[in-house]
Amino acid sequence: MKLRTGLSVLMASAVILFTACNKENTPPTQAVYEMGDQMARPAINTVFVGSSEKDVFNTTIPSAMGAAFAAKFKARLLALNAGYTTNALGQNADQFTGLLATDVLNVSKTAPTTFFDGTNILTGRALADDVIDVELLLLFGGPTGGSNPGLTSDHVSENDKAFLASFPYLATPH
Amino acid sequence: MKKRKFLLTAFIVAVTVTGGIIYAADHLDSPAVSNQTTDITDVYVFRGQNTSNLVFVANTQGLLSPSASSMAMFDEKTLIEFNIDNNGDNVEDLVIQAIAKNGKMKVYGPYKPVSTGTKSVISPSAFSVQADITVYGQAAKIGEENGIKVFAGPRDDPFFFDLGQYQKIIGGTASGFNNPGTDTFKGTNVMSIVIEVPKSLLGSTNTINVWAESKKAIN
Repeated sequence: MKLRTGLSVLMASAVILFTACNKENTPPTQAVYEMGDQMARPAINTVFVGSSEKDVFNTTIPSAMGAAFAAKFKARLLALNAGYTTNALGQNADQFTGLLATDVLNVSKTAPTTFFDGTNILTGRALADDVIDVELLLLFGGPTGGSNPGLTSDHVSENDKAFLASFPYLATPH
Repeated sequence: MKKRKFLLTAFIVAVTVTGGIIYAADHLDSPAVSNQTTDITDVYVFRGQNTSNLVFVANTQGLLSPSASSMAMFDEKTLIEFNIDNNGDNVEDLVIQAIAKNGKMKVYGPYKPVSTGTKSVISPSAFSVQADITVYGQAAKIGEENGIKVFAGPRDDPFFFDLGQYQKIIGGTASGFNNPGTDTFKGTNVMSIVIEVPKSLLGSTNTINVWAESKKAIN
């Protein structure tokens, strides 16, 4: 009995080994793809993530970003603008950086889609949106948008080519 | 017992060494180019001309000159993936995947991914639409199937920003922006993937959270 069990275990092992070897010799049928880069909101990585942490940020899944980066984003915000109190959305430093640290683009399926159009806020990102001015205003403009006037707009307000009304919407290349 | 431990150790060493070689080989393979194909420069999501649709744009390989654009290619080992969370937990419930194959851009989904997180596979049965990759200087080639449209190829970079002046401000050599500013991205192109999808395929909630990922084949 013991011997027979031993033999069957041996045979089972041999089968497993054979299968394993066989698998190794077969080319993979299903490719696995691993994270290289990720982004959602414009320029967040550029502005808030230190150069030594860009790779870590790019491989941290969004549901884990808040816990990993909110404090670092706050420190960065206060380094850029030591006088930050609240922004034009009424967000204090914790609220603002807490929102930004989870880098996803919020998109509405019912409202007009825009980063900010004067009425709708963070309902998407359209091609013509001046996203940099929105971010600069929230970073430097204070509660009224009137603080640090030299820093709240880059004075580049539109693209160098007109967009198309229909698919694929982006302008032809230069 | 000792032997098993040794075997286990040997196995771990083998895996580590093999992994190391694969990693090194990837980086020896023309690092500048392999980094560029995975570099996402911008993500846009907006209503289509038909407002029942949403348009997803991922731009890659930024700051291409016209001459560089004529030679730029999509990498067949780089998956571009739009991740869509439709219940507010910032975990993808749906993905739209795009990958180049033999001169075509193939799109899979939107569909529920096999697994969430930093690794992805493509479910062949989720194929939805494909288009010939548009060649620089030619009219846009558009694929349309199952109510989903796709375009892939060089386009003007829609982003505009005086990045040069921003860097001077951050570097402490300027105190503010110029008026007018200088668009650092003027006259440059990107490799674009544009996918238009009926909103009805994206779940029943009124808001979604979207992010784009580039993922490189590791096997």
